[in-house]
Amino acid sequence: MSKKIKSILATDCGSTTTKAVLIEWKEDRYKLTFRGEAPTTVEAPFEDVTKGVLNAVMEVEELSGRTILDGDKIITPDNGTSGVDIYVSTSSAGGGLQMMVAGVVKSMSGESAERAALGAGSIVMDVLASNDGRLPHEKITRIRQLRPDMILLSGGTDGGTTTHVMELAEILAAANPRPRLGQNYKLPVIYAGNNKAQDSIKKTLGEISDLDIVDNIRPVLEQENLEPSRDKIHDLFMEHVMAQAPGYKKLMSWTDAPIMPTPGAVGSLIEMIAKKENISVVGVDIGGATTDIFSVFEGKFNRTVSANLGMSYSICNVLAESGLDNVLRWVPFDIDRSELTNRIGNKMIRPTTVPQSLEELVIEQAIAREALRLSFIQHKEFATSLKGVQSERTISDAFEQSSSGQSLVNMMELDLLVGSGGVLSHAPRRQQSARMLIDSFMPEGITQLAVDSIFMMPQLGVLANIDKEELKDDASQAALEVFDNDCLIRLGTCVTPVGSIKPNSKMADITLTFNDGTVKDLVINEGTLEMMEYPYEEVKISIKPVRGIDVGAGKGEALDSVIYGGVVGLIFDGRNRPITLSKESNKRIDSLLSWSKAVDEYPKGEVF
Amino acid sequence: MAHSYTPGLKVLKKTIFKKERILPLKGDVLVKEGDVLNPDTIVASTNLPGNVQMLKVSNILNIDPKDVVEALKVKEGQAVKKGDLIAETAGVFGMFKSSVESPVDGTIESVSQSTGRIVVREAPVPVEVDAYVSGKVDEVIENEGIILSSHAAFIQGIFGIAGEKRGDLVLVSSSSSEELTAEQITADMKGRILIGGSFLSLEAYKKALSVNVAGIVVGGFNYYDLKAVLGYNLGVAITGTEKLNTALIVTEGYGSIPMSEATYSLLKDNVGKAASINGATQIRAGVIRPEIVIPIDSSNSENDSESKMPKGIQEGSTVRVIRSPNFGKIGTVVSLPSELNKMESETMVRVAEINIAGENFLIPRANLEMVETDE
Repeated sequence: MSKKIKSILATDCGSTTTKAVLIEWKEDRYKLTFRGEAPTTVEAPFEDVTKGVLNAVMEVEELSGRTILDGDKIITPDNGTSGVDIYVSTSSAGGGLQMMVAGVVKSMSGESAERAALGAGSIVMDVLASNDGRLPHEKITRIRQLRPDMILLSGGTDGGTTTHVMELAEILAAANPRPRLGQNYKLPVIYAGNNKAQDSIKKTLGEISDLDIVDNIRPVLEQENLEPSRDKIHDLFMEHVMAQAPGYKKLMSWTDAPIMPTPGAVGSLIEMIAKKENISVVGVDIGGATTDIFSVFEGKFNRTVSANLGMSYSICNVLAESGLDNVLRWVPFDIDRSELTNRIGNKMIRPTTVPQSLEELVIEQAIAREALRLSFIQHKEFATSLKGVQSERTISDAFEQSSSGQSLVNMMELDLLVGSGGVLSHAPRRQQSARMLIDSFMPEGITQLAVDSIFMMPQLGVLANIDKEELKDDASQAALEVFDNDCLIRLGTCVTPVGSIKPNSKMADITLTFNDGTVKDLVINEGTLEMMEYPYEEVKISIKPVRGIDVGAGKGEALDSVIYGGVVGLIFDGRNRPITLSKESNKRIDSLLSWSKAVDEYPKGEVF
Repeated sequence: MAHSYTPGLKVLKKTIFKKERILPLKGDVLVKEGDVLNPDTIVASTNLPGNVQMLKVSNILNIDPKDVVEALKVKEGQAVKKGDLIAETAGVFGMFKSSVESPVDGTIESVSQSTGRIVVREAPVPVEVDAYVSGKVDEVIENEGIILSSHAAFIQGIFGIAGEKRGDLVLVSSSSSEELTAEQITADMKGRILIGGSFLSLEAYKKALSVNVAGIVVGGFNYYDLKAVLGYNLGVAITGTEKLNTALIVTEGYGSIPMSEATYSLLKDNVGKAASINGATQIRAGVIRPEIVIPIDSSNSENDSESKMPKGIQEGSTVRVIRSPNFGKIGTVVSLPSELNKMESETMVRVAEINIAGENFLIPRANLEMVETDE
């Protein structure tokens, strides 16, 4: 098969590291062949992002033996031994894209605007709304303090009343906000509200800002129209924000597709995979400062950023929000509480350290469980059906007590859970990553677990988004093939029956039929956790839950399916949902130790 | 020789300290290149736009927003005093008039016919930027501020609270491993900067606040005591705007940790001198560490130390262990093996062999911090 694209160079300029990957067409598929990394060079003394990019690419050159650079230019096209066919990049350097959004009603247009901004990959610094309880002068002070990269203003349905959205526009005008980077250009403002107000908006904001008008984000209450706003945010990110950051003009001239904000690229990849496989997906990236969660349920994509839940810069905030007791419940030994808070404080002020002792590792992974749990709670609250929608109800709906604004996240529906970020990707044992994912996200039924070990999703995301007609098909094929084969480390599958049942009693009978024809029967008992080592191969599973217990087919209903092992294997989780730990210290420690032992989580020794 | 790059905190006896002094908005720079500065010299000033009052005139007068213009008694751009009549309805035969008065002194900034609101902007708020340390103007950044330079001893802390303060240095703890106690803080220390040893308790910090000490430099402080000082749990280390009379600069970390000998002796050598300190800390991309700047006699400036700073950890370097076990201890690098080593946690890392008080330990390089001195 002849391919238009034979080789691809992709980089991701993170706030600390710039990563480069080389993808090549080999043996009838696209493969990740080499990767390199170098410190990001956005800040002084370098102040030129391309230096870090060149350094990372040079590492790829050295490893691959392929000449990619000619001085500080990327050689295109691929001529067999040198050059690459396309070059793409993402960026979150310099703090990423920071936005402020405004909507008339906080839970309606405000939330839609927030969804559009988050989906485009930005950090939402604040949501202004007519009903957010703040007085006009308080809103003005807030806008001035924040100095966002851009503002998205929405509100009102098309043809409806314009007063409230105009009030917001006047508040913006009075604040006369300035952009974060550079004193010499006007702040980009996107208006995506009531079309009837467009002329008045131009009068009020046209002079003081760089105003763009796009289709209403909520043309009618029942419909959300995020695409035009998201696209405009990407355009402006390139034109304004990136163009102000040191070295980006040069970088933009090198790439074959627009530079995307890193989380925006990850989100679009996850969206594409969910669509192609027709599955529900949750992806998480836990970093030093923030935790990003992406999900696709019922075909709807959502992203949230928990801005102050992370493993180093914001580690103390995890402690503050979850409370010390919630962290310590995952730790199977006693520890001096005051000393522990000082230790965690010291990780915050010296964020680059690594756990040397086993004790430190266990504590760090306990904090990670809480950071992930809290981030996921925030995600579930945000990933909802549209609020404020009037729907006709039948008498049965009334009994179900369902209303608009229900969370789309349904753990029983979840097919694939992907983790990334240092604490998950670089855990010394993969069993630890699997345990952290299960304990904090608490999947139900059958769920496949994976980690993105080198965080390549951003580069693949931008690749999947190339829209040049002649390159599009090859690029998205490359993104999907590399994602499937090289990007993910498949941990295995977690099987979790749920429902109310007495402690220690049987929850389900399981029959596994392996590829070689052997059959194995086992039982899942309440309160237990079991693991079976099995590689990433197909296993037929037949589950017969007892009465009142659900594994995905309904309470007491049997389920036949196909599952996959992985580097950890098959995990049978009888700990019910939510996972509850005994208040009695001895019992809690016994449970923790037995679960750790079951999956061979930590090295055997004094504690384990 | 093997070396590794691990950023450390600076402890410099003599350096050229440079600082940008920039306005939050464009304005006037009041000094010129080469001018000699005192810490109190105002180097630039500007006016921040005044606060805004939004008056819902159409609601108050019970008229349609588009009719607000007719009811106006003032023009856009006009100055008004508190109590001045801004708008008034005609009423019925001149009776039953409704009116709106200005709630503040200011200027009528805009009148909206779509929402019926009037914006009154208060007088601009003047903002001045001082020099912060004595020195001279190196460069003027037009309309924005200056870059100053000063011959100084310069020390970075790991974490601090409260912004810029100035005062003379006073030695309180008689060794780097001694706690600075509340009893040692006396009323005559008002406006001074105190040098402590290993630890400062919450009680001692409160005492310092009560006698208006300008600042304290100390090895350690308890993380959980910060809540009592700040009123909230410090979730992320971004500080500097706290309204506290006493700035606190912690040089080693949370807990009781002896101040590094280099830091302690440099501070001790400068007792009695005027220092400028800033507790502002930002541990994010673009890290800001708290600092102590002690301007010194500049007659012999040839040996300024920035140029001969070591580039990274090498055999023989003095390092500080920054994570448990051995947290806070100072040692010497014996060797830097290039292969990855498995730690007790099973983490595979590059390590350094460190001699601490006669005993050798293998410690991840990521858990070491260079003690950057100019000796």
